[in-house]
Amino acid sequence: MKAALISCLTLSSIAVQAASLSAPLEDIRAVNREGSGNEKATRAWQQLTQADPSTLPEVLAGMNGANPLAENWLRAAVGVIADQAILVKKLPIESVQAFLADTKNSSAPRVVAFDLIQRAQPELAEKITPSLLEDPSSELRRHPVSKLLQAGDEELAQGRKDEATNAYLKAMNSARDEDQIKDLAKKLKDLGKPVDLPKHFGFLMDWKLIAPFTNVERKGFDTEFPPEKEIKLDASYPGKNAEAKWIDFTSKDEYGQIDFNKPFTMLKEVTGYAYTEFDSVEARDAQIRLGCKDGWKVWLNGELLFARDEYHRGAKLDQYKLPVKLKKGKNSILVKCCQNEQTESWTVEWQFQLRVCDDTGTAILAKK
Amino acid sequence: MKPFFNLLSSLILLPSALLSAADWPQFRGPNASAVSTETKAPGPKLAAAWSIDLPGRGLSSPIVVGDKVFITCSSGPDQANLHVFCFSAADGKKLWERVMKATGRTMAHNKTSVAAPTPCSDGKRVFALYSSNDLFAFDLDGNLLWLRGLTYDYSNASNSLGMSSSPVVLDETLVVQSENDSESIAVGIDVVTGKNRWKKERPKAANWTSAVVYQNVVALQSSKGLTGVNPKTGEIEWDYTDGAGTIPSSAVTQNAIYVPSNGLTALAPERGAASQLWRAAGLKPGTGSPLVIGDSIYVLNGTGVLIKASIANGDEAWKLRLKGPLSGSPVAAGQYIYIVSERGDFQVIDTTAKEGEVIHTIELNDTLLCTPAISNGAIFVRSDKKLWKLQ
Repeated sequence: MKAALISCLTLSSIAVQAASLSAPLEDIRAVNREGSGNEKATRAWQQLTQADPSTLPEVLAGMNGANPLAENWLRAAVGVIADQAILVKKLPIESVQAFLADTKNSSAPRVVAFDLIQRAQPELAEKITPSLLEDPSSELRRHPVSKLLQAGDEELAQGRKDEATNAYLKAMNSARDEDQIKDLAKKLKDLGKPVDLPKHFGFLMDWKLIAPFTNVERKGFDTEFPPEKEIKLDASYPGKNAEAKWIDFTSKDEYGQIDFNKPFTMLKEVTGYAYTEFDSVEARDAQIRLGCKDGWKVWLNGELLFARDEYHRGAKLDQYKLPVKLKKGKNSILVKCCQNEQTESWTVEWQFQLRVCDDTGTAILAKK
Repeated sequence: MKPFFNLLSSLILLPSALLSAADWPQFRGPNASAVSTETKAPGPKLAAAWSIDLPGRGLSSPIVVGDKVFITCSSGPDQANLHVFCFSAADGKKLWERVMKATGRTMAHNKTSVAAPTPCSDGKRVFALYSSNDLFAFDLDGNLLWLRGLTYDYSNASNSLGMSSSPVVLDETLVVQSENDSESIAVGIDVVTGKNRWKKERPKAANWTSAVVYQNVVALQSSKGLTGVNPKTGEIEWDYTDGAGTIPSSAVTQNAIYVPSNGLTALAPERGAASQLWRAAGLKPGTGSPLVIGDSIYVLNGTGVLIKASIANGDEAWKLRLKGPLSGSPVAAGQYIYIVSERGDFQVIDTTAKEGEVIHTIELNDTLLCTPAISNGAIFVRSDKKLWKLQ
């Protein structure tokens, strides 16, 4: 009877806590651009941080599907609750672990959950790590990939090349972050197992290119040249000091650079376009990820995704991540790439790299 | 010495009644002048009192409010984990830490990092800004008051080399510059709600300078010049348009601003005009920003030479070569200037020596690109790995 009563009270207490958390969670999830919702969120955050540690999974669940701003509000709240819970050894480790294990939860709170386990029980985090190798979260995959890299290095140090190769291959299969992929690709190449990096990343390598249109005074960026109005691959147009016509271009670069300088020579104050078609197996959410240090615009199926008029400040893989919806079948992709007037040695590049992947960075390959 | 400190106090007014003279509330301290206003100066003979390991990179300066030191850093493969720390100034004990995630782009040149802008405080709140344009407001106990993602708000407000302009707070308004080649803006943000009071388009050009505060006006520097804006409304009070540097920031006193422009240009701005007092082509700052002590201005040029000149006319008094290379800005308390080289040589310069003299050096054996903070007779410096208190 006593046990039943305690159980009843506990359930009741949890119910009250759950009811009291739903309002502050809602207020925080409502925050948006330009500080919208900040005042309510400030009060809600204070309420949340007073919550019992047992509510941590619920606060974590509040991050599911939240926008990045709300995620940060809740991340900070989880941090405060957890600081206190870890101090008094009351972190609800089992329910946090269960939250982590449920891949229906979003990536961001699952990463937070893993961090909490690492803080509270590092040995448990170590034990969980191998199970994260195929995790939907690329951030969580880093841990087991790192372990496999280390294991491969140890095998190699002992002269066991086959075992090292196997560890590296397994790691490469799961690696999604550039630094780990680069490291693994080099090690595998040295072991006679070169990696098909364009395929691993999902770089689009085959394009039609057209240039040179003008970009004098950087005005080409906002000028609608013919390829923005029509895609006629057999057409030619008056360009800057030359006729502009479409040519075939296949990148040989293992990081998928589409280099306009190669076919058109190192021109300045010019605009080029690249066009390709991506045959998708299904209609689905995806990301187009671009790296480019020139002015650029990208269209998918005629819709402008993003435009950026920054020149020669640097480029990297996945510099820009553009969420898209792919159609089943043919999807047209048009990239505008503008070179400016600068003459320094570090302003030569007139190129971009583009890949199609899911939101974890896993390549989406076109139908053959 | 006391009259000297009285002179300093008359030159610099504290922007908030909640701050004390011992506080170092922003990049380059009170009014971003780089000169301590407290009477308890650190002096020349400094040694490490304590040091603390940091989990991420950063070249932002520490700031000090009361007995608390605040510092930012960024960790993770893309530096997307944004840390704010609060330590006890007395013994370096961690009082609180918050870890957030970047919502803007974290790409930056290897030499800089996402934790490049220095946080600032109005004495009640701490505002932490990052190169990703993420901005967090905490109270001094670590309670989150509000947050913004300025690149989330304005999607082209970023610089692929990284940004470093530090915010200033004045008149219940936080002024943030996010100036770059694309969507270049400055915003005045209500410190209570985190919402814009105003937003201004700024010159479309990369800019790493930080604002200074002059006679209750925020002076925003860019390649075009120096613009004084009313912090509460964003209205332009005066505008100097003869160009300015995009890396070193200006020096400020109560009567003039010394802007890195065509060498160095002294201005006496007032509503509607920014009249020029003098210009000295030879006083061109390198990366670090100039500062004023008494009737002299000290300029660190691009070759690591510290130049002393008159604030009356820019005439040079002496030149002193320092151990370089130097990325941080010099700061001063009393007669001493403090600066740390990229190789970790913390140097104390006696400005009263006939030709200026480095009278003490501490080897910190690390790469340091930060600008020191001065508070309560101590100096705080940081690297990508450590925070030191020197006393």
